[in-house]
Parts: sequence; structure tokens; C-alpha cells
Amino acid sequence: MKQQAQHTPPFTEGINRVDGIMKVTGAAKYSAEYELPGMTYAVFAISNITKGTITSIDTKAAERAPGVLAVLTHLNAPKVPGYEAGKDPSKPPTTGGPLKFFVDNSVKYNGQPIAMVVADSFERATYAASLIKAQYNKQQHETDTEKNKFKAAAPKGGRNGGDYKRGTPDDWKAAAVKVEQEYVVPINVHNPMELSVTLAHWTADDKVTVYAKTQGVKSTQNAIAQAFKLPVENVQVTTKFVGGAFGNALRTWPHEIATVQAAKLVKRPVKTVLTRELQFNTVGYRPYTWQKVSMGASADGKLTGIIHEATAQTSSFEEFTEGTVNMTRFMYACPSVGTVYKITPLDVNTPTWMRGPGEATGAFALESAMDELADKLGIDPIELRIRNHADTDPENGKPFSSKNLKEAYEMGADKIGWSKRKLKPGTLTEDGWLIGYGMGTGVFGAGRGRATVKAALLDNGTLLIQTSVTDIGVGTGTAMTQIASEIFTGIPVKKIKFELGDSSLPPSPTQGGSTITSTVGGAVHDACTQLKEKFQQLIGNGGTDKPDYVKVLKEKNLPQLEVTVTSSGSTEMRNFSSYSYSVHFVKVKVHPKTGVVRVDNVVSVADSGHIVSPKTARSQIIGGAIGGIGMALMEEGIMDHRYGRYVNNNYADYHVPISADIPQIDALFVNKPDYRVNPMGAKGMGEIALIGMSAAVANAVYNATGKRIRELPITPDKLLS
Amino acid sequence: MKQFQYIRPATQQSVLDAITKPGTKILAGGSNLIDLMKRGVTSPDKLVDIQKLPLRGISQNKGNVMTVSVGALELNSAVAENKIIKESFPLLSMALNAGASPQLRNMATVGGNMMQRTRCTYFYDTAMPCNKREPNSGCGAMEGINRMHAIFGTSEKCIAVHPSDMCVALAALDASVEVKSKKGTRYIPFTEFHRLPGETPQLDNTLATGELITRVIIPHNNFAKNSYYLKVRDRSSYAFALISVAVGLDIRGGNINEARLAMGGVAHKPWRLKAAEQFLKGKPATVANFEEAASLAMQGAKSFGHNDFKLKMAPASIIEALSNAAKLS
Repeated sequence: MKQQAQHTPPFTEGINRVDGIMKVTGAAKYSAEYELPGMTYAVFAISNITKGTITSIDTKAAERAPGVLAVLTHLNAPKVPGYEAGKDPSKPPTTGGPLKFFVDNSVKYNGQPIAMVVADSFERATYAASLIKAQYNKQQHETDTEKNKFKAAAPKGGRNGGDYKRGTPDDWKAAAVKVEQEYVVPINVHNPMELSVTLAHWTADDKVTVYAKTQGVKSTQNAIAQAFKLPVENVQVTTKFVGGAFGNALRTWPHEIATVQAAKLVKRPVKTVLTRELQFNTVGYRPYTWQKVSMGASADGKLTGIIHEATAQTSSFEEFTEGTVNMTRFMYACPSVGTVYKITPLDVNTPTWMRGPGEATGAFALESAMDELADKLGIDPIELRIRNHADTDPENGKPFSSKNLKEAYEMGADKIGWSKRKLKPGTLTEDGWLIGYGMGTGVFGAGRGRATVKAALLDNGTLLIQTSVTDIGVGTGTAMTQIASEIFTGIPVKKIKFELGDSSLPPSPTQGGSTITSTVGGAVHDACTQLKEKFQQLIGNGGTDKPDYVKVLKEKNLPQLEVTVTSSGSTEMRNFSSYSYSVHFVKVKVHPKTGVVRVDNVVSVADSGHIVSPKTARSQIIGGAIGGIGMALMEEGIMDHRYGRYVNNNYADYHVPISADIPQIDALFVNKPDYRVNPMGAKGMGEIALIGMSAAVANAVYNATGKRIRELPITPDKLLS
Repeated sequence: MKQFQYIRPATQQSVLDAITKPGTKILAGGSNLIDLMKRGVTSPDKLVDIQKLPLRGISQNKGNVMTVSVGALELNSAVAENKIIKESFPLLSMALNAGASPQLRNMATVGGNMMQRTRCTYFYDTAMPCNKREPNSGCGAMEGINRMHAIFGTSEKCIAVHPSDMCVALAALDASVEVKSKKGTRYIPFTEFHRLPGETPQLDNTLATGELITRVIIPHNNFAKNSYYLKVRDRSSYAFALISVAVGLDIRGGNINEARLAMGGVAHKPWRLKAAEQFLKGKPATVANFEEAASLAMQGAKSFGHNDFKLKMAPASIIEALSNAAKLS
């Protein structure tokens, strides 16, 4: 793609959230709110052992309970045709595969569904499920990552396998100043407000309609089509609104397939809404990850070598990997870098991506270690980063498509009042509280994928734009409307209609990995541009900036003028490394006696190209910062490993930040377009909003107290010990 | 859920007639009981909803000893915002506002707050052992996850804590509890209302079957000027106490005339610190004296691993709360 300079809209406040009024008035219909005639409800009975086999299961009382239509177990569940049951279970494919419910008597984790009750009400299904009694042949289980680290091995598949080495990483050992420390990020469980929802309704023997909480209607459509061996177009998936997903609805989980299966059996619509408790075991989580960073620098603060090792948990039946150590390869200009990534299988459900995902875990370690190194060198942590700034990508030698990180450091430092920070920790107080400032950097790949968009001018003056993408709450509909409105400047925003979340619309990718604004936005841009050209051809030369679309279409006797455009990134991108960056600045107060930490101020700066939709971008940065505060100070899925059970599987005991924990958060944007990525010059920011934040908090706590907490979350007890 | 009977009597007499059998539960705000029923921790045969009873109102009684009476069905939020309470017993108001969330405080009643059960995770999870839920099934917390658990008054059977904030303040304020049954009326000193687990951790308190809490009575005191409720917790709201400290001081000319101290998050009941109170009586309000009092308060403390930090956090919190109450900065 050529450098496109024709499209440089001003950095304005942007339009309001297009679905904002629907959301605050309750008019937005979330997946659990769909009601269908004859609808039934599914509830799972779960295993309370962690590993073993079911020797008997008594469902008689449940079957007799009032309102019960069916009880599915491994003994009677109809086959899911695409499951290919019967494969030798002792020889799984090298990278494993998702668990399949009700195909055999094995129990692979505590809380695994062993039966599914379908009844005419949720309460009756819940009661009947409580009557199911199972006997087990129990086996010794392992759920503790720390205890099973010795079993860890490099992943067999996936793109995060394989050790990385450049130069002589062991050079850190001979450096003038060294840091060698271990860091732990515990399990973070997916706890968005909206629980997992699946409502399945077979409209014919070979046709099913599904309302689901998913981050990608097309991927859910494909998964169901494969499982039930249906033509893809026979599966309709709708997801109009999502109440927070953060990665937990990227996959189609086995309980969703089970819901579709049950609906086929009872020949009525079946709705499954997971309980909060079951959410902990069913839709993935950020895995417990141990890390070690060894780094050395010369006396003047130039990095000489870094080794970043990580070991994370996965399930016994499936490899889950993420890019935990990858950032260390290219973040700083260091001649010698080594990374090692391993996973250890446990008797738990498979982890999944959680906002940031592995990069957020990795950045906690790398950016904490950088802070430790700056402290040892006696220099400002921003200065250390500037001295090691990578001008080109040290991993592959390519130039960056754009990088304004130095400017981001400057903007954030200025805004938070970084000059008030003391180099020596524990020396600043306000009203009896210890005060500290800290910062951390985040980075995430910025690319552009393929999407198809249909754009149509209707003879009622509406610009209708359609694609299957879901909006998981980030403001995709708003951003796409903004892009279209900047091309069709003559059409008022309220006449632009962006339709999404429907598998029958032209295909867009799943919303995840900070790609949608670039990918779908690029396609919306291209579709609108082509539609505008088509209109120009229709009216010939000499049109105005604000043509009367309605009049023209009526004159030409056209009900609508439409284009469908598939577009994706340019091959030129292969010559560049492309990343979005963030820098988080945090001011904390720590109570010297009780160890209570309060975040007093946050400034997050995003270097993510042109900001397409300033209002929703600001919200996204604030949301990521809050997620990062939770990761730093509160979130931890605590398991009693004797039983393999979570002990805090509810909203009261699993802490996420509440309003009173959240201070003023300023979201700043460098806002310099990168037209190599897409014609808007925009790069993603969903992940960078969180990546690096937990390190910023931990570094601020160190600056306040002189105590370095390397195992999250930073709870008051850890600061007292 | 098991089928159960639900009644909503209009008179106190009909409530007292209805609650004579074990297996009957009194329902007020429901903010804890309904959760327990959903989780299968408790399965009553009968729920007696007492919301129709006239057990509301906060009033001053100017008899021989001036007291304030708080109806058992007063909402936590209403008590916290009441003018008499805020002026005479700011400690109670502070403690109430430190508890739960605004939504819960708008549902939860004074009597219900006293009757709430421990939040010990092993008590809540019916697949785990718990002597409190199921006598003689064992204690999951003792060698399990016990970060939130007790350091005082524990037994071999149970190390759970009482979760209330309000009760910590009422214990410090020498309140008493009016209870009625078909046999008549009796008054239980607040500090004797909740009990230690001992051999029978299934019993949270000394209320007998057939008894109904009707009022809480708080005697007049001189602590209003120097009261403080400190709650140390993992987030700023909607989190149970790691440690909480209720302090009331009657300071005259820099000397402590009377002191009241109680802790939450440390025992199966609100934990009064009598030795520390005795020590402080007559002494100047200084940090040095507060440190000594805290050290006395910690005698006999015992931790279980994850809650070792409480041995450090508790005395630090006592000193901090006392300093705040005494307005030492």
C-alpha cells in the first residue's frame, strides 16, 4: 500500500457511542434476554472430584423431578456427529483438543459437567441437577503449577513454542549491574458481568439458530456446523450485544455444543446460562505463570543480555500457549536475548486468552525487572528505557512501520508529574501515606486481517453498512460509523446504520487480539470509498460534496446502490515490524501500618496510530487500566490443591476493582497515523490498554515503600511481611 | 431446591408461635439466608418472613440510664444515616458503612446482620468438609486456605470468623440484645450473643430455638468525640475485613477515662480487647501507650499459615485505630 496522505481527519472528540442510549436505557438486548416459544433451560451437574472415572451415575430422581424433559450423561447422550468418538484416547493429537462433554466416563478436572438437565424452568433444572448422584473411581490429581514446574516442557505445537536466542544471552552474567528475579502471575479468572450464554433452537432437522455470547459469530457458526456436520449456512448465530468478554468467548466451549445437542434431543429451544461458580471452570482463565528474568547492563545503563523464562499451566488434554516471553525479544535494543517458554499439564480446565493476554503476564516480569535494573543503576526508569530504545526491530532487523514511544513517555511523565518522583524509594509522604510513582510499557502486534463489508446507499437516505463482526463492548459500531461518516461527509451520523453480530452478514474475523478497528475498519473504509466512487460514476462528473443521495437514487429508479468489498492488509507490511505501544504511569498511596494500597492517579498513553473514535478509545484505555489495577492488586483464582477446587468462585471473594478503588484516569493519545497498517492509519489498542499496567502499579508500590512484590496480586499482607 | 413453607405473619405472637421448631428459619432482609439456601448450605422446612412486624424505629429512652433502642428490622443503611446514631454513636455508623455494599445495606437488617453466618469458603462449598455446616465432617480451612481466618478463640473444630462490621461496633459499645420467645423476654449482653466454636461450631450464637431478636439497646456513653472504625481489606468496598478495629475513647484532658476496643476478622465472634481497655484506663492518649495496649491485645493469638500476617496487621491496626480515635496525627 502507498503511504496514503489523503485521509487525515482531525483528532476531534468524535461521535457519541451509537448504542449508548440503548445500553443505558435497557433497550440493548443481550444474548440471555432472548426468549423463544417453548424455551427450556439447561443446568449442569458437575464433578466434585478432580481426576478419575465415573463408575456409576444415578439420574432417576432427576428424571422424575417436576418439569424435567431430559437428563444427558455419557451413558445416554446422543452422539455429536463431528466429535468422532471412538478414537483411541491414549493417543491424542500432539497439541490435544477441546474436551467433549458426555462422550465417556472420564473426569479431567473438578467442576467438569457430568450431566446436563433440561427442564421447563431454570429453577426446576437446578433442583433436578442437585439430585444427580455419581460414584467415582478417584485418581491422584495435580493442580498446582508451582509443584509441577519440574514436569514443564516446551509446547509441541503452536506459534509460541521453541526457545529463542540472539547473540550470547549469558552475557548478562558478566555485566556491571545485574538483575535476576522470579515473578509470578496467578490464575486470573474471566469474570465479566455477562455470563456465558447459549440459546439453541433447531428450526428444521438440519438447521439450527443460536443466540450466544461469542466474540465471533462466524467462528461459533463454523464450530457448530463442524460438530453437527451441517452446511455452514444452516447454522445461524446472532450476538448483538456482549457484556464484556475479554477473551472468554473467543472459543466455542464444549458446554455450548452440549446445549445445541440437548436442543436437538428435546426438540425445543434450550438456553444455558452458566452460573458464576461454573464460569470459573468452564470458559478459561489467565494461566498461573512463573517467570524469571535475568538481565545485565553496563554501568552507563546499556543492556548487554536478557534471558526471560516462563512456565505456565495448561490442561491435561490440550496445549494452551501464549506470547508471554515474546515481547522481550524486540522491546529493547539488546544485542543478546534468550527466551524460554514451557507449559506444564495439570488436571484443570484449559486456560484461555485474557485481555493482554500472555504479553500482559510477560510485561509484568520484564517491566518490573527493568525497574529493578534502573533502581540498581540509580537512574530514572524512563531514562533506562530511552537509553535502550530500539530504533529498529532487534528481533528481525526490520524498520518499525511507526513508533512514537519516546513521545509517549514524555506525554505521560508530564501529565502525572513524574518530576515529583524520588529516585530513592520510601521517601515521599502525603497525609501519613507513603507515595510512589511507577511506570510500565506495553506493546502488542498491530496488523490488519481480512474482512468483507457490504455498504449500501438506500433510497431513504440511509447508509447501511453490514458485516458479521461482534462488538464485545469496545465500541466497534461507533468506530465503524465514524469511519464511514468521514468518507460520506454529506450523510448525517444518525443516518448511518452499522449492522453487526449476525453470521448471515459478510464475514469478519472474531473480535480479539486488537485487530478489529484495523481489519474491519479498513474494510469499511474500502467499501465506503468504492461505494462513493460508484455513486460518482452514477451521477457523472460535477457532483457536489454533499449530493442529494435520495434524489439521485429516485431519479435513477434505484432502491439502493451497494458494494460488497473484501479487503486486507498490504504485502508491503512484510517489510515492516508493526506494533502498538502504551506507557502507563501510576501514582500510589501505601498505608505504612496496614499495607493497604490505593491507586491515586493513572495516566495511560497509547501510541496506536490515528485514533478513529476518541470517545470509545478513551473508554477502552480506562477499562484496560482498571483491568490492570485488578491484576496488580486483587485478582487471583485461589484453589485448594488438596481438592482441586476453587475456594473463591464468586463475586464476593474473587476481587475485581469496584468504583471506590478507581481514581482519576487520564487517557492520552500520541495520535500519529500509521498508513502502512490501514488507510485510517489506526492501530489496535485493546491489549495495550492493559499490558504493562500491573508492572506500573508494582513499580509504584516499590517506589513508595522500598518493597518489591514479585508475586501478584499485591495485597496488604504481602507488604507487611 | 427443596420445597419449603413460606409464611408472613402479621403479629409478633404468630411469629413466636411459628418458630418453635428447629428447621424453621426467620427471614428478614434475606441478603445472607437466600444465598445459603441457593448454595444448599441450609435447607429450611419453613421460612417465617418477619417483615410485617413493627420492629423498626430508633429511639432514645431517658430512664435511669439513658439508652438508645434500635429495632431489629431497621435497615443497616437507615441506622448508619440516623441522626441519633451519627451524633451519639458515630462508631456504629462508621462500622455499618464499612460493611457490604450500599445495595446490601439497603436490604440487610440489624437482626439479620447479627445472624449472618461465616463467609468461610469451606462452609459455603457443600463438596468440602466443614464442621460448622456438617458436624464432624472436619475442618477444611485448618490446613487449607485460611488467609481470612481466625487468630483468637479457635478450636480444633473450627477457625472461621464472624464477618460482620456492625457487630464489632456493638460489642465495643456494650450493647445488649432484646430477644422474645413464648417464654417471655430476655436480654443478652452483645458480647455474649455470639460464641466461640469450641466443640460445637455449628452454633454461631446463644439464641435458642423459638427466640426472636426484637431490639438492640445501646447505653449512653462518652465516646462520640473519639471514635473510630478501621477496616483493613483487599479492596475499598464490598470486601470482608482482613482486620477491623472498633475504638471508643473517653478522653479528658489528654487522659483516657474509659476505652472500648473490639476487633473483627480475628475470631468466631466480635473480639473485645478487655485487657487493652483496662491498660488504657487512666493513661495518657499516646502512641507508646497504644503500642502497649496492642501488645496486650495480641496475647494468645495463634495463626494457621496463610493468616500469619494477621499477627502483624492486627496490632498495627489497633495502634492506627486508637491514634485516629484520639486524633493523634
